[in-house]
Amino acid sequence: MQRLFLPLTLLVAAMFAYAPVMIAQAPFESTMLLVQKIFYFHVPSWFVMFSGAFLCAGASVVYLAKGSRNADHYALAGAELAVVFGLMGLITGPLWARKAWGVWWEWDVKLTLALVVWLTFVAYLLLRRYGGAGSEKLAAGVGIFGAANIPFVYYSVNWWRTMHPKTTVVPTLREGMRGTFWFCVLAFMLLMVLIVAARVRLERQRALVDDLFLELED
Amino acid sequence: MNGVRSGWRVLPILAMLTAGPVASGVVSAQPPPPQPKAAQDEFVPIDQLPPEEKLPAAPLLIAAYSVAWLAVAGYLFSIWRRLDRVDRDIAEAGRRLPRT
Repeated sequence: MQRLFLPLTLLVAAMFAYAPVMIAQAPFESTMLLVQKIFYFHVPSWFVMFSGAFLCAGASVVYLAKGSRNADHYALAGAELAVVFGLMGLITGPLWARKAWGVWWEWDVKLTLALVVWLTFVAYLLLRRYGGAGSEKLAAGVGIFGAANIPFVYYSVNWWRTMHPKTTVVPTLREGMRGTFWFCVLAFMLLMVLIVAARVRLERQRALVDDLFLELED
Repeated sequence: MNGVRSGWRVLPILAMLTAGPVASGVVSAQPPPPQPKAAQDEFVPIDQLPPEEKLPAAPLLIAAYSVAWLAVAGYLFSIWRRLDRVDRDIAEAGRRLPRT
């Protein structure tokens, strides 16, 4: 990964620089017009949020089963991604909703569940930061439960009546919108890979510092 | 002296508070506005709304993209700072460790 890090960083930077050009050239949606273009960053930010949450949950399962320190590093990286990109989604969504729905926020199932999942991962990070010794295992449980809620967030628009568009939007995107959307998703996912690599390295270095200082104390 | 200053500060607030009732009194003294036509109570498509009723989309779009860019940039910066700090800690611990 270390050899790939620099080329991947340059690729992601180039993709993020080019994304606004593609978004500007993408056709306008017929009812929402300009404001619909928030979609190209809003939905990919949730893709990364969900991926981060699943990464956290998967790594937490491995950590609980095997006690692997490396898995715990991945879990923490995933939870942090879920919080940062979830926050991005929770801010860009209301900015879109204000124009499209006439309100900043609606306490419907989709939005409320998304907020609850995001808060669960905030709780995970707070536990890791202030929970003291042994909080890793408790946090791992929180991460697993947080990710277990994600299918409900995703499918809630199909199961209950909400103001939020259904899951059929992405598969039915018209030509021009589709390419731009998947380009943005790819840019966000590659950025996620980079961030996970950097965050895991940070946790490994921290573990090394702890070991070195323990050795010094002995 | 302080009392005089605070009095001056209160004046604009008082003006705002009193302007409302005075204005409403003026409005109530005027003849009632004409009743809206039946068509105005019905659904109006968004593209037929008068310009003052429409919410501009550009500031919302710019705000959304600014949030996204700032969140990513801020997060990357925080990771870089934390990595820098931990690298310094490793160097410090390495210096303090006795050579074997």
